Amino acid sequence: MKCRKCGGTAVLELRRHNAAFCAPDFLDFFRNQVREAIRKHRMLEPEEQVLVAVSGGKDSLALWDVLIDEGYRTTGLYLDLGIFDYSVDSRRKCETFAARRNVPLMVASVAEEVGAPVPVIKNVTRRPPCSGCGLSKRYLMNRVALDHGLGVVATGHNLDDEAATLFGSITHWQTDALARQSPALPSTHAKLARRVKPLYRLSELETSAYAFLRRIDYIVEECPFAKGATSIAHKEILNRMEDASPGAKHNFLFGFLEKARAAFERAEAVPLRECVRCGQVTTGTVCAFCKLADQVKRTL
Amino acid sequence: MPGERRVKDVLRELDILPETVLVIRGDELITPDQVVRDADIIELRPVMSGGSQIAPGAGHPPTAPALRPSLP
Repeated sequence: MKCRKCGGTAVLELRRHNAAFCAPDFLDFFRNQVREAIRKHRMLEPEEQVLVAVSGGKDSLALWDVLIDEGYRTTGLYLDLGIFDYSVDSRRKCETFAARRNVPLMVASVAEEVGAPVPVIKNVTRRPPCSGCGLSKRYLMNRVALDHGLGVVATGHNLDDEAATLFGSITHWQTDALARQSPALPSTHAKLARRVKPLYRLSELETSAYAFLRRIDYIVEECPFAKGATSIAHKEILNRMEDASPGAKHNFLFGFLEKARAAFERAEAVPLRECVRCGQVTTGTVCAFCKLADQVKRTL
Repeated sequence: MPGERRVKDVLRELDILPETVLVIRGDELITPDQVVRDADIIELRPVMSGGSQIAPGAGHPPTAPALRPSLP
């Protein structure tokens, strides 16, 4: 297989683009896709300080790597979920990356903030572990950004993540979620940082290949709680579709963003207020994070 | 697996979709049309990650966890 650009030996086939690339041309392709995402959605200003949420996985470390090379001033944020060896290993990957690239890394601990690590939260709430984990992540990302005067948080969500989320939202016809699904979420309240997903144009295969070719040491093992997660099941369905019809995931997500999302956005208008307990933004009186922390406190 | 065969045939035999793994030989990625031989050691590294998705745009503001429509 030959590289579409230079004719050299290809290292990666991208069926949805009907193309294959050698390593240098693939890295160019990858960076161009990130630039296009940032440009199209005005995600970041050139001089802006960006908080990059990193997990130690391929996506977030690839994102951090690209943003550093693109000249953005970045600070990493690792959220320690307290998931046994998985968290120990993934934190080490982030620390190693930060040291190698000479960039700052902050760490926040779910156990300290909520009162218990994710495995205990799972038992307390009797809900899937991903539920308390996701809630804690989005709360802490926003709060850390605000505490440090950073107006934007970048996450490593890729095309597969976004397509799987869209699939889940449509399956349940969660119209409020459909209205908010976007590669760039603006700040709609003084206490909400913007959230951007500069990798949304790139598949998991592509982010993995980028991390591999850039020799980024990322955690390959899956989170032990991800087994059986709904998002994984949705990804598997979408991968079958993609195999039968290359480009299916791209068309599904981009078709929604370009043609359908606006209709849901118009219908969505939720008044925002500040949590009476912690002051963070919520739609209710007490935010979901404080309720979770209360529940943990009551049970332990 | 004995014998020479193309990567795509190996994947098909193992019922693995090509988009779901990096195929690594030594310290290089190889494409599905490449031939692997008896002595080759190939790593098939899964690319899928998942679990707590921070979407669907949720937590903006922080509300209920994703995929649970009936919760506050």
